[in-house]
Amino acid sequence: MKAAVIVFPGSNCDRDIAVALKQAGAQVTMVWHKDDALPDGVDLVAVPGGFSFGDYLRCGAIAAQSPIARALRFHAERGGYVLGICNGFQVLTELKLLPGALLRNAGLRYICRTVPLTVTNAGTAFTSGYAAGQTIALPIAHHDGNYFADDETLARLKGEGQVAFTYGDNPNGSRHDIAGIVSANGRVLGMMPHPERAADPAHGGTDGRALFAGLADALERV
Amino acid sequence: MKARVTVMLKDGVLDPQGEAVRHALGALGFEGVTGVRQGKVIELDLADGTSDPEAEVRAMCEKLLANTVIESYRVEIG
Repeated sequence: MKAAVIVFPGSNCDRDIAVALKQAGAQVTMVWHKDDALPDGVDLVAVPGGFSFGDYLRCGAIAAQSPIARALRFHAERGGYVLGICNGFQVLTELKLLPGALLRNAGLRYICRTVPLTVTNAGTAFTSGYAAGQTIALPIAHHDGNYFADDETLARLKGEGQVAFTYGDNPNGSRHDIAGIVSANGRVLGMMPHPERAADPAHGGTDGRALFAGLADALERV
Repeated sequence: MKARVTVMLKDGVLDPQGEAVRHALGALGFEGVTGVRQGKVIELDLADGTSDPEAEVRAMCEKLLANTVIESYRVEIG
């Protein structure tokens, strides 16, 4: 698997994702936001967590206008795989590569703790390392993770199996407890929890590891 | 030429910050406030002679200034 990790000013999980991807056997290239092209032959583009451009205007809004975002959109539109975690998820919704938006947490607090999640759809490349209905624990660390979409979009997401992860104890007010969704073609995943922060025993948990390992396996088979 | 854009969360989208402000007002004794919605105002200086400034600013709102999934906007010119 050839992967690229985009780095924006204010990204702070970029190296963590790179480590987790390499651990799963990926070749990883870091790509700066001012670059206007991705490395040739990239299978997966990861959009990391952090506070790109200081969360100015709206979380992810400025990053979605950066030169690399255009290349990212092109990559997704021609069927490439994209993983957006936390701020990366916000960037993907701002790019309209995923439906909905992430609002301020309902309780207004920044939340940083490990939460239980249910793997709602284990049939995607990203979730193939898990069993459907499996409960896992991943850390969240966000102020704006309250997933919102209108009723029609939510019905479609649920009906089409596009909800990948749900919260066990909805910490932020997300509609339908949604923690992560995939695109209609199943190749773009956005999630607020951080699998890359639970990928090594030293992190205090390893439940995120299966996401990267499963993804690497699935992409080897493509 | 000045343009003023007001961006608000759409009706039906929960505004926890507005709710927190409403509670705080209640705590200060302003009990007659039944709802608060918090938004943002963006002021733009447009070059003189901008043709159809309203259409131009609306395009900016659609592309960047507002996220129309969750927000509505209002444009005032001048």
